[in-house]
Amino acid sequence: MSEMKTAAYICAGCGIGDKLDVAQMEKVAQKEGKMALVRRHDFLCSPEGVALIKGDIENEGVSHVVIAACSRRAKTEAFDFPTVAMSRANLREGVIWIVAEGAEHDEVRQEMAEDYLRMGCAELKKMKLPAGNPNKADNKTILVVGGGMAGMTAALEAAETGYQVVLVEKTGELGGWAAKLWKRVPFRQPYREAQETGVAELAARVGAHPNIKIHLNSVIASTSGAPGRFNVELAQESGATTTLTAGAIIQATGASNYDIARLPELGGGLANVVDQAGLEALAKAANGQPIKRADGREVKSVVFVQCAGQRDEGGAHLSYCSGHCCATSIKQAMYFKDANPAVDTVVMYTDLRVPGMGEDFYRSAQEKGVIFTKGRASGVTAAGDVCKVNFRDLILDEEVSLDADLVVLATGQVPNSGVNIDLADDDPAKAQQVSILNLNYRQGKDLPQLTHGLTDSHFICFPYETRRTGIYAAGPVRRPMDLLQATEDATGAALKAIQAVENANIGRAAHPRVGDLSYPMVRLEGCTQCKRCTVECPFGAIDEDERRFPVFNESRCRRCGTCMGACPVRVISFENYSVDTVGNQIKAVDIPDEFSEKPRILLLACENDAYPALDMAGLAHHTYSAFVRAIPVRCLGSVNTIWITDALNSGYDGVMMMGCKHGENYQCHFVKGSELATYRMSKIDDTLKQLGLEVERVASYEVAITDNARVAALINDYAAKIVEIGMSPMKGFG
Amino acid sequence: MSAHNSQAVERYRNDFLREVEERVEEGQWVKMCMQCGVCAGSCPFGPHWQHSPQKLFMMIRAGKRQEVLSSDSMWMCTSCYNCVVRCPRQLPITHIMHGLASYAHRLGLAPKSQPTREFATMFWNNLAKKGRVNELKLTLALYFKDGLVSGIKTALGMQSIGLGMVKAKRLNPMEILGGHGLKDLKGFHAIIAKAREIEDKKKGLVS
Repeated sequence: MSEMKTAAYICAGCGIGDKLDVAQMEKVAQKEGKMALVRRHDFLCSPEGVALIKGDIENEGVSHVVIAACSRRAKTEAFDFPTVAMSRANLREGVIWIVAEGAEHDEVRQEMAEDYLRMGCAELKKMKLPAGNPNKADNKTILVVGGGMAGMTAALEAAETGYQVVLVEKTGELGGWAAKLWKRVPFRQPYREAQETGVAELAARVGAHPNIKIHLNSVIASTSGAPGRFNVELAQESGATTTLTAGAIIQATGASNYDIARLPELGGGLANVVDQAGLEALAKAANGQPIKRADGREVKSVVFVQCAGQRDEGGAHLSYCSGHCCATSIKQAMYFKDANPAVDTVVMYTDLRVPGMGEDFYRSAQEKGVIFTKGRASGVTAAGDVCKVNFRDLILDEEVSLDADLVVLATGQVPNSGVNIDLADDDPAKAQQVSILNLNYRQGKDLPQLTHGLTDSHFICFPYETRRTGIYAAGPVRRPMDLLQATEDATGAALKAIQAVENANIGRAAHPRVGDLSYPMVRLEGCTQCKRCTVECPFGAIDEDERRFPVFNESRCRRCGTCMGACPVRVISFENYSVDTVGNQIKAVDIPDEFSEKPRILLLACENDAYPALDMAGLAHHTYSAFVRAIPVRCLGSVNTIWITDALNSGYDGVMMMGCKHGENYQCHFVKGSELATYRMSKIDDTLKQLGLEVERVASYEVAITDNARVAALINDYAAKIVEIGMSPMKGFG
Repeated sequence: MSAHNSQAVERYRNDFLREVEERVEEGQWVKMCMQCGVCAGSCPFGPHWQHSPQKLFMMIRAGKRQEVLSSDSMWMCTSCYNCVVRCPRQLPITHIMHGLASYAHRLGLAPKSQPTREFATMFWNNLAKKGRVNELKLTLALYFKDGLVSGIKTALGMQSIGLGMVKAKRLNPMEILGGHGLKDLKGFHAIIAKAREIEDKKKGLVS
């Protein structure tokens, strides 16, 4: 596509023709937008309208198209022209549906529509059709790290789908935590009895599968590369090393039990106090017969203390609930009752939590005579040959105690997630952590963690995604869970890994811009080696070479543009999204003079949540100020401060930014984008003061996709605020 | 302590839950309570009794035999069935309350001057005599249960209602002389005796 031929198509359907002067807009596209071809259609998304555009592309050599109709999020199937660059001017959701009704608003409505058309034309001229990433990588092997329930399931699922799998396990045998169990919590109807774990059968299937290669007694010595071309070095216990390549990695390294020795107040360290793993060992030794203690005495009474060292508000122990322990204790109490119904079994809980079908299992244990006592254990001590459990009965509200032959502490899960890369290098805690993946990425050796050592992923929206593209976390390493959930997790992660290798193979982006062919391009001759892009990339996609220039690993990139927003010299861009595509739109807006009483407000809206919320505000016919000019951005992280200063310099009266919630419960699709934007904007006050402007002229908001009424209100409040502080003094200089 | 009680203590020792399961009507349900507290929150008598059903069930599990059986809480139940309707575990709570009350009564542990228990005892004795309730005698027995003076006071206070009922033929003063009864009184007494025998056997109260 050597020559650029532009065309604008203005739709007059859906009421656009009734509310707007379309003939005038055609003139704008021609004279100001300088479009080579301008056409109007009364129903552009109809087969006839689409055929019109297709005909022009084929016969007239049109290479760049502006569609002035509805939002870019609407009619995407009709307006699908993969061979041309395309911009959309949002006249329907963005103008006619949100500007107040009535002839007195005709003027501002028309101005708004014309501006959007100018912006569409201006953006188009800076756009190129993405050609796709030339650095494709074709390795489709899936590396699974960890041979427990999740790891084995992921390996088997991927292998059954036809992919080659390499399974790496640190110990000498497969099975992990599940192999230590006598039985497992039921996962099938009728959910009443503990079931066989099935670990041996699963391990046998994994071992016999022709597509799976297993490395036991091995750890990962180093990992480099990107999706489709990971180079992994394995170190065997014997000292030998193996090198292999993989397309994607699934980290299923599981969790360890919280150390019982850290709970001396609950008897951690006493002979007859064990954790749940300890009890499984006793049950395995008993092999279905009555369970005996370590000293050989048959257990006649047992107390299970739930939430031992968990859900601790004091900060000394785990603050979270591990989710599986209530059901596990119920199962273990059944071990006793099934072998001998006369054994006293008490489960002491504060809140019994049995997710999934656990309620049926709980009821079954009650029917077997397991006693459930709502109480909080305050201490466990040895009293002769037995243990004394002191506790507060939370129903009867009194301090009491129980004697038991054996006490089982339900300690929680601690994820085996390797090194916390966010810790400072001189932090003593970091020195003790052993890396799992040993990534040679610039940002650190392991997967980034969100909280409590759990690997970062959006646990509701994108559960298996991590902040390292092509590396997926499955099982309790990403959140506490039971065996069934780990199995489901592993299946999901296997599918994500397959997607990743396939996308890498054709040079397309992975989640969340799946299929995006654009990728970051850098003009290295302008780079000042400031390292902001390499530090700020939420996905660790950018390394540094020996001269400290950024090295982009496009397959690791999610195309959020955070690097583009970070770059102070603006050398990073995408073919269809750059500092210029947005900058040109900002400049294209017609700015009325200071005395017109028509302020102009630039609205940079995240295309994931805020822009859809604006569209839905239109759909719901919430009216908002016609002085606002909205530009969708890939992520607020991609907002370069030059846009803000340019806008203010050219006479905009205010700039609003709408992005996703950030922090621990973030909703940002790119994890850190909105947080980084907020941080950058916190520094903009100085710039504003230098320009002699009020700090209120730049405002940022956290917006959720459901906030359609709220975005309209935010805009109206901000427009009122601008009226209050007055028009910008910068008009006419830009 | 009654003989029944000592026998029960001897038999079950610390395992009060098992005693309830085996001897109290619907007692096998107690272990199924999940302590959600909906019964306690649903009871119209909620604030007026010491132990809600939720607490009673917890006390049974904790082995508080004496406290449960001497509690007057289950005697307060008005059988509105609100708790039964709402219990997510479908426990027949009303029936368990009556079962506990009846068991405590049989063991002689129920609170002596509990009004519900007193009236229930009066009602039963009145009914069991002739197989028909003698309303006049039952009313008078109720009026005079706390002595002659308070009995006369109450009776005088209720005078106009009593006379009205006599006029309307709703009350026969001649009932004071013994009153009407079943035709086959002997057979009736035999039925009651047999029923008690079966129940005692079921509850393990036969010594």
